[in-house]
Order: sequence, then C-alpha cells, then structure tokens
Amino acid sequence: MRFDLPDAPPRAAELRRELRDFLAEAGRDWTPETRARSWMGFDRDFSRAVGRRGWIGMTWPAAYGGHERSGLERIVVLEEMLAAGAPVGAHWIGDRQSGPLILRLGTEEQRRRILPGIAAGELAFCIGLSEPEAGSDLANLRTKAERVPGGWKLNGRKIWTTFAHKSDYMIALVRTSPVPEGGARHAGLSQFLVDLRLSGISIRPIRDLAGEESFNEVTFDDVVLREDDLLGQEGAGWAQATSELAFERSGPDRYLSSYPALAAGIDALNAAPTPGAEVTIGRMVARLNTLRGMSLSVGGMLERGESPAVEAALVKDAGNVFEQALPEQIRNLIDPADSPQELTRMLAGLAQLAPTFSLRGGTREILRGIIARDLGLR
Amino acid sequence: MSELRSILVEQVDRLMADGGGVALLRTVEAGEWPAGLWAGLEEQGLNLALVPEEAGGVGLSWGDAAALWQVLGRHGAPAPIAETMLGAALLSAAGIEVPEGPIGLAQGPVPFGRHAARLVVPKGAAVTLHATGQVTPGENIGREPRDAVTPGDRIARGELPNALGPRAALLGLALIRAALIAGALERILALAVDWANTRKQFGRAIGKFQAVQQQLAAMAGEVAAVQVAVQAAARAVDARGLAEAGFEIGCAKVVAGEAATMGAATVHQVFAAIGITEDHELHHFTRRLWAWREEGGTERFWATEIGRDAMARGGANLWPDITARDAQGAD
Repeated sequence: MRFDLPDAPPRAAELRRELRDFLAEAGRDWTPETRARSWMGFDRDFSRAVGRRGWIGMTWPAAYGGHERSGLERIVVLEEMLAAGAPVGAHWIGDRQSGPLILRLGTEEQRRRILPGIAAGELAFCIGLSEPEAGSDLANLRTKAERVPGGWKLNGRKIWTTFAHKSDYMIALVRTSPVPEGGARHAGLSQFLVDLRLSGISIRPIRDLAGEESFNEVTFDDVVLREDDLLGQEGAGWAQATSELAFERSGPDRYLSSYPALAAGIDALNAAPTPGAEVTIGRMVARLNTLRGMSLSVGGMLERGESPAVEAALVKDAGNVFEQALPEQIRNLIDPADSPQELTRMLAGLAQLAPTFSLRGGTREILRGIIARDLGLR
Repeated sequence: MSELRSILVEQVDRLMADGGGVALLRTVEAGEWPAGLWAGLEEQGLNLALVPEEAGGVGLSWGDAAALWQVLGRHGAPAPIAETMLGAALLSAAGIEVPEGPIGLAQGPVPFGRHAARLVVPKGAAVTLHATGQVTPGENIGREPRDAVTPGDRIARGELPNALGPRAALLGLALIRAALIAGALERILALAVDWANTRKQFGRAIGKFQAVQQQLAAMAGEVAAVQVAVQAAARAVDARGLAEAGFEIGCAKVVAGEAATMGAATVHQVFAAIGITEDHELHHFTRRLWAWREEGGTERFWATEIGRDAMARGGANLWPDITARDAQGAD
C-alpha cells in the first residue's frame, strides 16, 4: 500500500471561492436535516443549478457535455459540496460512477444519449447491485437477462436501491449466462443501462428507520431491453462493476458525510463552553485533515491512471469510522440543554443515517477482508 | 517517492539491518553505545542531512528526512541520529558551526545524553551550544537513554530565523517521534501478519480467522494514516518552514500517538503470550511506541492546541482553513 500526497490543482483557491459563493446563496434555506443528509439529499433543482455551473461531469470530454478539467479539480467541487452539506444526491451517482462507466465502456450512441443529461444535472442514476439473496455476496445475484430477438428480456428483483423511485436510469448487474459447471460465479454477468420508465418495472419504496423513503425494491417482469442497452461486454459485468470501486470508495463522501455537525458543534461549544472540549475537537480535526490527505492521495493516483483499489478500501473504512464517530463525539461534548436547535436536529438526523455509512458501497467487513488479503492474510 | 529518496531509504535500511537488528536494540537497552552503527551513519553524512549544502551539509528536504526517520523507526531507532540531524539543523540555522559526534538535544530529557559529544539547548528563538556537563542517567519505558544533562561551557550562541521560530526544537522532535512511530508500526504490523500466517490453532493458521484479519486490517488503516500525516507534516515544513507547520505536525503527532496505542494493543492480542516474553522481539518496538507517544508532545498536548485554534476561528472557518493549507502546484 502506498499513499503519495498530490499538490492542489492550479487555481484551486479560485474554484473554491466560486463554490463557496454559490453554496452560500443556494444553501440559505437548507434545513439542518438537509445538511445532515448530505449526499443522501435529492434535489433536482439544485443539481440542475450545479450542472449549469459546469460542476458535474467535470473531467469528461466537451463532446459529451463535460468540461475537460482534472480529477483533482473535481475533488475540490466534491469537497466543497459535502462540507456545506449540499443535497447533491440527484447527480452524485451519475457523476461518480455511472457516467464514468458509460464514458469508458459505453457505445458512442450511449455516450451521446446519456452523458450530456448527467452533466446538465437532468438525469439521475441509481445502482442496481444488491438483491434479496445477494448483499455482500454480490456474485450470488439471480436477476437475469435472456436473449430475445432484437434484444434482451429482464426478470428479477433488485433491493436497497437508493433513489430508484426518483431516478431516470439504473445500471444493473445481472446474470446473462448460467454459472459454468465448476466455474467462477463471477462469470456470466453483464451490465445493462435500464431506462426506469420501461414497462414491466415496478418500484416500491421501502420506508427507512427515519421514516424517509430513499431506498427501494425494484422488480423486473419481462422487461424488454434493446440490444444497445447492454453496457460494455457481455459476460464482463463483474470486472466492469468492480473496476470503478477505487473511484467510488476513496472520495470525500467517505469521510465528510457528517462534517456539518463538526462545524456546528464548534459554534455551539463556543456559545456554551465545555471544559476540555478542545482536546476532542483537536483530535477530530487531526483525523479529518489526515483522512483528507489519504483520500487526496488516492485521487492523485487515480488521476495518474493507477488502480489503487486496496488504498481506496482503506480510505473508505477509515473514513466511515470517522464520520460515524463524529456526531457521537459532538453529542458527548454538549449538554442537550445547551445544544442549539440547529445542532440538535442535525445530530438527530445523523444518528439515524450513520449506520448506513459503513454499509453502503461495501461493508466494513468486506473492506477489511480486502485489506487483509492485501496484507497477505486469507 | 523521488528517486533520490528511494535510494536514501534503501541505503539506510540496509545500514540499519546490517548494523545489528534486534540484538543491537538489546545491547542499547543494556546501556551500550552502538559505535559501529553510528560510524556507518556518520560515514553516510546523515548527521548533516538537514544542514544546507552551502553550510557544508547534505541539504536534504524534510520530506526526505522524514522518510529516513520512518526507516529508523522500523529498526527501533537504536542511535540518536534523528535528534542529531535536528540539532545540527538548528545550529546551522542559527549560524553556529555544527560539531562532530552525536548531538544531545535538550528538548526534554536528552536522548542518549550520556553519549553526546555536545549539547544543544534551545530556548525560545535562541540556540546555544555547550560542552556536556554533569549527566544523570535516566531512561524511558523503551529503555532508551533519556538523561538529565547540565550544560557545560558555552561554545556558541545564535538566533533562529523566523522560518524556524521559537518552537523549532519541539516541532522538530514531534515530527521525528511521529515518523519513528510510523516506521515502528509498519514493522510490528509485518511481524504480526507473519505470525498470524505461521501460528496454528484449531488446525489452521490464526490469520485464517476473520476475527484476526479484521483487527489487523483496522490496524493497517492506522498505519497508513500515520504515514500520510507524517508525509503531510514534512511537506508543510518544506513549504513553509517549521514555524508555520505546527498544525500539520500536531496532526501527525496526534494520529501517531493514537495509532501507536491501537497498533501495540492489536499486535499483542495477535501474538498472545509469546509476544510479552522478554526473549521475543516484539516488546522492543511496542515499548518504544508507548514511550514515543510521550515525547515531543502527547496526543492531548497537540490536540488541545489544534482544538483551541479551531474553536477560536469558529465553525465557519474550519474547512476554509484546512483547504487553505494545501500545497500549491505550479499554475
């Protein structure tokens, strides 16, 4: 494992200023609950506004609606959005993984059809991986696509699909040929670009513990897909779906999910001091700064075309530990009677959301298994 | 890592490995001076590594130096070469000619003070060079010599420039200890992985058990965190000077101290009883880790400073302040 800190991209300070001005204006009416939801907040108007500023699909070619900027500039944008607790959910998945996947593996037609819409903040994506019998053991998935004249017929069920009910497309990983006798279960899987308006798709929101509807059960009943809805190579779905994991797991969304509570907590402590609070705050700031360095290091490696999959797993695991502990640490520093309403509401929102931090995008146990294998265990 | 840095790291790694390994740690703990190793380190010019070339030194960057200190930590740091490098850097910055031999740095109890040729006493921005006076031997729980040394005759006095500032010795020592911790943690993680793959219980290597894997994986995260924090701190010193790198150095020492605690506990859990026997090499590293947490400012010391500053600046400034410290690439 190796981490090398990159330099900040040119004109980063200027870009940050633009973002802060924009976010100060856009965020005037965001509630504490919205800020606590961070990238689990879904606001199409906001995403369109972000798209108009050129902050989605930043690294993609202009021909596909992109802005041809560097990966490190893109990270500047992500960081500022998350630090502000902006509701970026409507474009987050498209920008982070669906778009890059289409850009890398899609046909020219798919790129031209989809990418400009993502970059404009118009098209929202969800990730079709988990199934009732396939969670951490993803290769156990049962949803299948069978060849029919002119295309494919899709049957099965995805579950825990975040924002499926609000999204335009799903990139689904499904089985297109049976597991070969005595062969690897990872073989025979393919990815499809599924337009969620197609007939035969039913989407049932599942109410979560916070009383919100953010994840869903998605059922495919003889859904007819066209030939060119296949994304990438038939049978290469596993490699395709896992190839973007370093991008998905190393970004600032893996350690900043609860950041707004740290800033709000500092202000609350200044108004109602708790003796010794600075020690806890200092430890959290030290961790925050270090995690940021780790995340940026992986960003730098990705920018150079390397594949730091293990480093990314490590950033996500360490980042999740931090972002889960942060609201609890703040809570332990401030008496409820002294906590301003804004902070109380934010902490309540985070308490209900935080368990997901170490589930989404690979559980803690799976990530540590990846790290252990790299160490030479297993 | 630059090519120069890789070569240096490899050279010093070999020197340390050939210099005696764990056997040397035992003799040092018994009070002997590692004369052979020291001669090798001086021969490489490491004592003058942080002295600028124009002052007759090697002119390494702090980033290079921190990488070397991590190698030193991997081998348990059996000689005061890091402290001598820092002492020489302070003297040279204060316009004082660097003496020969190991330098005793009087920032807290003096590492290997009984073996020091000269004593460097930092006091605010003033630095004085002394002959060594009376030595009262002491040690930390790593059984490393940590002596009380009275300053003898004053040989020279100088002022540190603003870039180093009045806390240069403390900041430098904190960075050294954080880097040594990074190296020692790397070493004990490797030892623990090796043991987990060797030791069998219930008919298989204990490293095959997920409970063990998960602990070592979590520790690997801490080891990586310290390495990144040390790297960030050294870069900050190279970019802005010691005086303006207090935040990053403090972060590194906080994270290093926390990781030392967690890492030492984890490896002892994995090694079980054999790891706490005197004959085993593990304790030479874990005792040093516990000792190095205390030197150059504890987690609590640095966290208090970082937290107090962050609170004084207020919540709205926290993120802008962190990002404003980024190293700038060329436009």
